[in-house]
Amino acid sequence: MSASNPASDPGTAGPHVAQHGDVHARPRPLAHAPPRTTSVIVALLRKELRVELRTLESVPGMSLFAVSTFVVFHFALNRTTVDGDLAAGVLWVTLLFAAMLGVNRLFVADAEQGGFDGFLLAPVDRTAMLIAKALALLAYLVMLELIAVPAFALLLLGPPLGQMFPGLLAVLALADLGLAIIGTLVAALAVRTRARDLLGPLLALPLLVPIVIGAARATSPLLVAGHPGQVGGPPFRWLLLLGLYDLVFGLIAYAVFDFLLED
Amino acid sequence: MSDGIAETTIGLDRTTEESPAGAQGAHAGELNRGSALWIAGLARFYGEREALADISLSLDCGQTLVVFGPNGAGKTTLLRVLATLLRAHAGGVEVFGAALPGDAWRVRGQIGLLGHEPLLYRELTARENLRYHARLHGVAPARVEELLRTLAISDRGDEPLRTFSRGMVQRVAIARVALHDPALLLLDEPYANLDPAAIELVRPLIGGGGGRTRVICSHDPSGGLAEADLVLGLRAGRAVLLRTAADVDSGEIAELYR
Repeated sequence: MSASNPASDPGTAGPHVAQHGDVHARPRPLAHAPPRTTSVIVALLRKELRVELRTLESVPGMSLFAVSTFVVFHFALNRTTVDGDLAAGVLWVTLLFAAMLGVNRLFVADAEQGGFDGFLLAPVDRTAMLIAKALALLAYLVMLELIAVPAFALLLLGPPLGQMFPGLLAVLALADLGLAIIGTLVAALAVRTRARDLLGPLLALPLLVPIVIGAARATSPLLVAGHPGQVGGPPFRWLLLLGLYDLVFGLIAYAVFDFLLED
Repeated sequence: MSDGIAETTIGLDRTTEESPAGAQGAHAGELNRGSALWIAGLARFYGEREALADISLSLDCGQTLVVFGPNGAGKTTLLRVLATLLRAHAGGVEVFGAALPGDAWRVRGQIGLLGHEPLLYRELTARENLRYHARLHGVAPARVEELLRTLAISDRGDEPLRTFSRGMVQRVAIARVALHDPALLLLDEPYANLDPAAIELVRPLIGGGGGRTRVICSHDPSGGLAEADLVLGLRAGRAVLLRTAADVDSGEIAELYR
């Protein structure tokens, strides 16, 4: 059997052309105006939270991991309480690894159920997915911390949580933003590979180390036993570092996210 | 297969416009670039494996191309290239005059893809899935309700998709494809899992007419031929048959599978 190439004989155009050759293609106007990016972000975020609410695949696992880790630390350190640098380190390393569970799951439903293709077929700005996914991950991190931080205070922390709370809130907010942006970027990169469960953490952890360092250093003075509140808040330079890191990776993610979704 | 296949010239006119950048089809410039679809020397690889090679054709607006071929012949890859989801590794592809992948953004809202996967979330209800896709395409929610009624799934619209049978999922997937009334329908075995009554329900949405241009992958020679204006037979990624449907009989289609 020989392959037919329609262009092999331009001098003998078939009946197909004779009948329809004058029907020329013009990209017709869309029947519906392309949606606004904010509307797409809201749709994506709503879908994301609905799926999580029904499957409970991310937040419960992240929270359980964090609480279990605090229990392990409680016994492994052979101390009833921790404070200062050690407390900050335990808190942020635990939150980091708990966050990785959410990062690994972030795009799984989309990859397995065709959500990527459904999104890519729509006439929308692809950055909408970056923003929606980062917001979803941010929401998961907040939910995680609503459970993990009180559990940490209960199981390990020496100084009372109350006075240090506003300062801790500022550190959590900046660190969570960075975790959400970098986590989304890495998850989008890893999800299309066969080794996504391995590749995600391998790529994310080096990028997240500065966030953990900044967050731990900013948190440490807040957790000093006997002097809660005396420092007045987290050190500004570490908050600045976290803010700058978030900004830089926000811009990088904005610039490259389109390419991550392309074939 | 007769040598006549090789002599057939379909989807051509005598225009000799330039090939798009990168087109490697030997005859790319002779295809009808005013067509809804214009493919010249298309090739696509998965690693070392050649999924499509030297595919060239053009299809006018409102026409239906039916693609036949055994499993692994490259049908789904062809649909995904036309849907802008995969890049061609060689050759040129234009959809409604927009060169892919560079101008893909111009035509994305005009393409409806129905593949093997329904592109729907199992944990969401049919209504939620369709509303989500309606938002992505800027379509009013009223259209969702209209399609749920048309496809007789209104009464199960608030049940999660994971509870649906394959046929019901296919109905919802067809509703998703038809939501934004696309000018180009890319349909991979669109009637799979549908009962005869459901087929009649979906025909007005994905059938011929209404100015829709369609590319359909099928394994049903008689059913496929009945819908086709142009027939493409693929084997191992290469075009082994390309003719008007009137000039093809079902025996030739069956030959593709031997």
